[in-house]
Amino acid sequence: MSHSHDHTDPPSDTALRVKALESLLVEKGLVDPNAVDALIDTYEHKVGPRNGAKVVARSWSDPDYKNWLLKDATAAIASLDFTGRQGEHMKAVENTASVHNLVVCTLCSCYPWPVLGLPPAWYKAPPYRSRAVADPRGVLREFGTELPDDVKIRVWDSTAELRYLVLPERPEGTDGWSEKDLAALATRNSMIGVEKAKTLGNATT
Amino acid sequence: MNGGHDLGGMHGLGPINPEAEAEEPVFHSEWERRAFGLTLASGVVGKWTIDASRHARERQHPADYLRNSYYENWLAGLEKQLIEWGLVTPDELASGMASAPVDAIRRSGALSPEEVPELLSKGSSSERETDKAPLFAPGDQVRVRNRHTADHTRAPRYVRGRTGVIHLHHRAHVYPDVSSRGTEGIRTGEHLYGVRFESTELWGQGAVGYAIYVDLWEPYLEGAS
Repeated sequence: MSHSHDHTDPPSDTALRVKALESLLVEKGLVDPNAVDALIDTYEHKVGPRNGAKVVARSWSDPDYKNWLLKDATAAIASLDFTGRQGEHMKAVENTASVHNLVVCTLCSCYPWPVLGLPPAWYKAPPYRSRAVADPRGVLREFGTELPDDVKIRVWDSTAELRYLVLPERPEGTDGWSEKDLAALATRNSMIGVEKAKTLGNATT
Repeated sequence: MNGGHDLGGMHGLGPINPEAEAEEPVFHSEWERRAFGLTLASGVVGKWTIDASRHARERQHPADYLRNSYYENWLAGLEKQLIEWGLVTPDELASGMASAPVDAIRRSGALSPEEVPELLSKGSSSERETDKAPLFAPGDQVRVRNRHTADHTRAPRYVRGRTGVIHLHHRAHVYPDVSSRGTEGIRTGEHLYGVRFESTELWGQGAVGYAIYVDLWEPYLEGAS
């Protein structure tokens, strides 16, 4: 990222523009700043990829739940109380030894908010959006993900209001693990499909 | 529209350079937080559709769209919509000061903090009932119409004129090409399909084999059997 994080920098033009816009909208009674705070707080502190990790861990632990998730992801995910904006119509796509799924939104930044929160900066930026559909293996390599040549890649471009969650492969050597421990292996990136789930060797990194 | 947002297959945009997952904050600065919250809160009082918001961001000069950071594009779209919906004037935006009182109906439509949890946890379904029978079924070959509208559409350039196979019928959903024009457009829907394309069909015979799935509405498609 080229953005500076130095807090001693003077406010940028954009920061001033946003500040002026907020004070105008508040003055006009169009926006309640406490509602803005609540919107931000929801996605900064309450809704994020730990939700999706619980869905994945449940699927790894419970074959009936996994079948339900693959058949009707919206209902299966709602049963864990993850619902709402940008997750109204969910699809889960399963990675196996022979199939690897990757999710992108080439036209904007569509992403399953209730299970993954707001998307990371790279997901919304032109390099990923341009190349995920045209060179998925090259994109995966940039995340350190090398797949055997015979693995079939499926790229999902979220052009409508369906939102895709990748169900990563369950790492080997996790038989008998609790859902809580399994959830720690389901990273955000593995649920977008740019990486595999963590393995035992890097579970604590 | 063939805008700067329609990025599938574009070259020269550089490496992805992802931040480490464990270290990336949800927002990278305070103004990003506020731009995000203001966009969602304004959408409630403005009652515009998600496709109208997308179209507002897309209608920037492509050079601006590509140069801007993500939330700068949101901010540009929000300012445009506030003006076009008559909620603020260009002078007010420039000065940051209100020049006229807002009408009472709009003022009373502002989102309250108490309404936020339900707004977010409920969402709003894009599925609609329709009397029309679907023209296509899973397994059918379809070609994406080679249509170049200057208005909002969700048929990316890289699939236009290309042939794929219907993978799933998602039933009928709000049609972006009309919902981008206003709330009237969200009452009805068109059949929506997941369409599977082979990489070689989209990117030529030299492409490594893989499949691309794109969700496309019936008016974008014609039979290709």
